[in-house]
Amino acid sequence: MSAVLQNLVNQPYKHGFVTEIESDVAPKGLNEGTIRLISAKKNEPEWLLEFRLKAYQKWLTMEEPQWPNVKYPKIDFQAISYYSAPKPRKKLGSMDEVDPELLRTFEKLGVPMHERAVLAGVAVDVIFDSVSVATTYKQKLAEVGIIFGSISEAVHTHPDLVRQYLGTVVPIGDNYYAALNSAVFTDGSFCFIPKGVKCPMDLSTYFRINTQESGQFERTLIIAEEGASVSYLEGCTAPRFDTNQLHAAVVELIAHDNADIKYSTVQNWYAGDENGVGGIFNFVTKRGLAKGVNSRISWTQVETGSAITWKYPSCVLQGDNSVGEFYSVAVTNNYQQADTGTKMIHLGKNTRSTIVSKGISAGHSNNSYRGLVRIGPTATGARNYSQCDSMLIGDQCSASTFPYIQVRNNSAIVEHEASTSKIGEDQLFYFAQRGIGNEEAVSMIINGFCKDVFQQLPMEFAVEATKLLGFKLEGSVG
Amino acid sequence: MIYQNSKPLLEVRELRATVNGIEILKGIDLTVRSGEVHAIMGTNGSGKSTFAKVLAGHAAYVVTGGTVAFKGKNLFELAPEERARAGVFLAFQYPIEIPGVANNQFLRLTYNTVQAQRGKDELDPLEFDDFVREKMKLLEMSPDFLDRSVNAGFSGGEKKRNEILQMALLEPLLAILDETDSGLDIDALRIVANGVNQLATKDNATILVTHYQRLLNYIVPDYVHVMESGRIIKTGGKQLALDLETHGYDWVSIEQRAAAGV
Repeated sequence: MSAVLQNLVNQPYKHGFVTEIESDVAPKGLNEGTIRLISAKKNEPEWLLEFRLKAYQKWLTMEEPQWPNVKYPKIDFQAISYYSAPKPRKKLGSMDEVDPELLRTFEKLGVPMHERAVLAGVAVDVIFDSVSVATTYKQKLAEVGIIFGSISEAVHTHPDLVRQYLGTVVPIGDNYYAALNSAVFTDGSFCFIPKGVKCPMDLSTYFRINTQESGQFERTLIIAEEGASVSYLEGCTAPRFDTNQLHAAVVELIAHDNADIKYSTVQNWYAGDENGVGGIFNFVTKRGLAKGVNSRISWTQVETGSAITWKYPSCVLQGDNSVGEFYSVAVTNNYQQADTGTKMIHLGKNTRSTIVSKGISAGHSNNSYRGLVRIGPTATGARNYSQCDSMLIGDQCSASTFPYIQVRNNSAIVEHEASTSKIGEDQLFYFAQRGIGNEEAVSMIINGFCKDVFQQLPMEFAVEATKLLGFKLEGSVG
Repeated sequence: MIYQNSKPLLEVRELRATVNGIEILKGIDLTVRSGEVHAIMGTNGSGKSTFAKVLAGHAAYVVTGGTVAFKGKNLFELAPEERARAGVFLAFQYPIEIPGVANNQFLRLTYNTVQAQRGKDELDPLEFDDFVREKMKLLEMSPDFLDRSVNAGFSGGEKKRNEILQMALLEPLLAILDETDSGLDIDALRIVANGVNQLATKDNATILVTHYQRLLNYIVPDYVHVMESGRIIKTGGKQLALDLETHGYDWVSIEQRAAAGV
């Protein structure tokens, strides 16, 4: 690989700074006492404490999964602090009262909250470490009956809804990290779109991990009732740290009859330095239940950050004629590792799913697609189309594809296409010979490669994603 | 065409270059003036294509000696993209496929990049669309070329036409056509040659790198150079190409060796 190819992915992480805000941090370690402490800090009802304790007991009996195609040192779960809340100086009534230091952080991240919220018509539910400090547009949404806010708040304001749905799509013992999350989750988003309501704006949450060595365990729950629809955006960025941070979120989506949930993510957590030191471990469980007839769950993700990504946003297509979609771009550089993909579980009749996965590997990174398409015996007339493309930049990286297909109904149609390509020196020379420099050339090739996914993103995110990929891969080519 | 008092555009002196440590160019001398058309002929492995790529700045080719001046300035001080913006154009022998990148986007970016360099106006997508369609008529290309990925799945002839289309858009001062005739049927050859001829002015120059005399029936050279073992061993007018066609490359070699007393 030439020097040109090596230089393009190596721009320092732009969001590497720590905000100096007093944090209320729990002592390190995990035991029943920690869980009781979290629950007590958040003044939770008894049923939720039971939920947590049950999950904890389950977690103790489980083992860390070994099957992903990633390597990392054993995580010491006793060396992590499971609760960290910024201490507000006083009770917050409006955005003006938010800690100015915190607001500056958002500025540095390029998330001008008021402007973004007002101009773009996006409600931003900002998660700062584990506790929501501000929620905008809530009132406007409330007018049409939409509940959008932090899940810990919803536990108090709408306990019946939370209790009815929490853990129904991702059961507490679903997997090792989901069990851990169920035991210790501190905050996340809650969103409820009532019957027949089309959410008037995209709902957006900017996540940010701040306190060093505090694991973050978000929990998000989105429910769309009959005929409702919503588009939810999740964007992430984290400060630079030397020690690995564990992140194990759980996201559950439920779509009733004729409901439609679109969930878009742009993830840019700290990926470690160019030698593979530091970075976030991102072990996430995301699953949507297309419960009702004609319901639709659509995942779009652009994954560029984290030292390790372990993530399979999935759809359980239970309702007849329900639709599941997964559009993904995963970029790895330096020593990043990603094992990501989806599961499409077809249960209802005439259910349809589409998978479009684009993996880009540069540097010494390792990028795997892992996907499962399962057509159950009841899923008569089910159809799946999968397309998995890999692109390699340089000759030190690797890409793997692990498609699993299980069909138990003869009427099903399942298609799978895969390709691997490489940004070569000859392509770059061709661009250069036409006056186009390496960085612009790579950006153009990558955007061309990813366009099937980018066009699924909401406008704002699409622009952001294009830029993000540009500087993620700067210095890797050439 | 040879013009009196035209300025030297390209001056190559004692140029040496290696690939993977093996010396391919062993001292090339060549002067190309504005308005001229030069043909460089020779057998496979004589160094013709290497010479073309060295001029364009391909990283795999290492210059180990000699000088090249372009418009009086040291060409080797410029990165490949700077050479292109300065007016050096290479029509590739094997144009590269770039799946996923739409031809119209690519063409507009390259056009605007070079325009910006020349201090001229860039075109927005709609303006460019009109402009490029006009240029495509010159090469009898169908408009659906614009929506396809750059060279991906193009036939050999389509790729070569796409190269000449880029040449028509960029209006280079020095166009180097590396075996543009190879793989072309007679109709495509006529179209491509016609395109090249229409682009020739008294201010630009063309170097045709070719194996066969055939192309020179359509694009008439002012000078013909014969290359062997990394050197230009004979230079003549257009008649030289015809003589080569009749007698073969061996004929020049033998003649040269005899002259050198080897």
